[in-house]
Amino acid sequence: MSGIRIDDLSMIYEVPGGAPVEALSHVSIDIKEGEIMTVLGPSGCGKTTLLNILAGFLSPTRGQVLVGDHRVTGPGAERGVVFQQGALFEWLSVAQNVAFGPEMAGRPRAEIRKRVEELLDIVGLSGFGDKPVYALSGGMQQRVALARCLANDPELILMDEPLGALDALTREKMQGLVLQLWKEFGKTIVLITHSVEEALFLGERLIVMAPRPGRIEKEYRLPFADRGLVEDARDIKASQEFVETREEVLSMIWSMEEEIMGRGDGQS
Amino acid sequence: MSDRKPSSLTIWLGLADNAFTRQKTVKFGDSTAVNSGRFWSILIVVVLALLWITGSILNWIEPFYWPTIGGTWERIVKLLSEGFRNTSLWEHLGLSVYRVLSGVIYGALVGIPLGFAMGLSSFARGLFDPIVEFMRPIPPLALIPLIILWFGIDETAKIFLLFLAALFIMTIAARSGVNSVRISKVHAAYSLGASRLQVLRRVILPNALPEIFTGLRTSMGVCWGTVVAAELVAAEKGLGSMIMIAKNFLQTDTVVIGIILIGIVGYAIEMIMRLLERWLIPWKGKG
Repeated sequence: MSGIRIDDLSMIYEVPGGAPVEALSHVSIDIKEGEIMTVLGPSGCGKTTLLNILAGFLSPTRGQVLVGDHRVTGPGAERGVVFQQGALFEWLSVAQNVAFGPEMAGRPRAEIRKRVEELLDIVGLSGFGDKPVYALSGGMQQRVALARCLANDPELILMDEPLGALDALTREKMQGLVLQLWKEFGKTIVLITHSVEEALFLGERLIVMAPRPGRIEKEYRLPFADRGLVEDARDIKASQEFVETREEVLSMIWSMEEEIMGRGDGQS
Repeated sequence: MSDRKPSSLTIWLGLADNAFTRQKTVKFGDSTAVNSGRFWSILIVVVLALLWITGSILNWIEPFYWPTIGGTWERIVKLLSEGFRNTSLWEHLGLSVYRVLSGVIYGALVGIPLGFAMGLSSFARGLFDPIVEFMRPIPPLALIPLIILWFGIDETAKIFLLFLAALFIMTIAARSGVNSVRISKVHAAYSLGASRLQVLRRVILPNALPEIFTGLRTSMGVCWGTVVAAELVAAEKGLGSMIMIAKNFLQTDTVVIGIILIGIVGYAIEMIMRLLERWLIPWKGKG
């Protein structure tokens, strides 16, 4: 096992009767094994396209993604994906959802049951295994989604705005869980978000993307994810360093948004 | 004045609003503020029954147009003991139900795979789309003459007609069930290591079940209507033929009993299907 290499990705959509849209332009990133990286940017910056290419749902116009020495050509069990919401199988119980991956791989039943129980315990859902997923709150459903992904023991976990549909309080709690799982399982994680605070708090490394064409605007190395494992989340988010970085990133994103709106003066 | 709380009986009867609705100021336009109105339901049933009873007693009713209550009761007893035209009432009823079930089952067996193929493959979609779209708006009854020409008037003809009636409903239901699967669920399954066959069996099929079941319910309803009508045209036995033959003998009471039975069975089918749906597909509408 080794890291992930994103090698000069470009993605161009042909639009009938218009100029082609460059959703991604020459994006290269190397992700170390065990790293947690967040990707942030205004809408249209290509962050979701990037994640879909990493997951293997889209093939890029140019460039490639390597997981170890293996080139990504389609979805695979070694790259788990956590979606925003509504990607759980509502016809299955909580435990059956978590067991889905190992069952597809034909693992022995006893092993699956044990693994599911462990994972439900870790994400704080022990005792909920027999419940139908639709009986759970949004936050609990995302816990199931995390457990389902981890059940397959993937090398890389891709998260597409996993906490985007949750209310602010639940979201903060879930951010803590994501960090805890990252620490506990040592997985490589790429998390897409449109929340600046979340991107700063969860990313050891933060990629800020800009639109038209979708590209990497700036990259940060951040200490907050590591600190989040030991310190109180509110203290970190209120610390001077966090606030300063947040304002810097925010104003960067704002000026991009304004450029999109066609004003481009960075004021108001 | 309005400080007094209405009793639970008046609330049940719908003569007073419940505690939640009482506090609402906007009621016109809020459909949840329209209560059951049970009192009026009971009233209308009682009034109609009383009208029938008094009409029968006071000889207001000409039995040629509408049976008296006494005559109807006697006819029911007679139908239950002797049957109608050497066939028991249950056989008439059972035969109609059997035809409907056969038609729906054959329709589902062909229609569901067909709908799946149309939802999953461009080839199948292109091949069958013109046929399905053309057949969809044609009422099954319009096919009766053609089917009589092909099959005569035996059992095959009726079941084939019902098969056709169910087939296109089931095909469209299965196709839309496949189309309704959220792409993130399919993506999730592939990312969890599922093969194409596993995605089909473990994601697309269960995801389509609610719509398939709705299709079954609709087919049952349509086939029930169609079977009665088909039996009116050409059949020896079955509820539809029973009321048609009874009409020829001016047995208005048998006609009315037949109509009531047709209504009850149709309603029962719908209720049973709803119950099955709640029991078999509890996740419906909760994705």
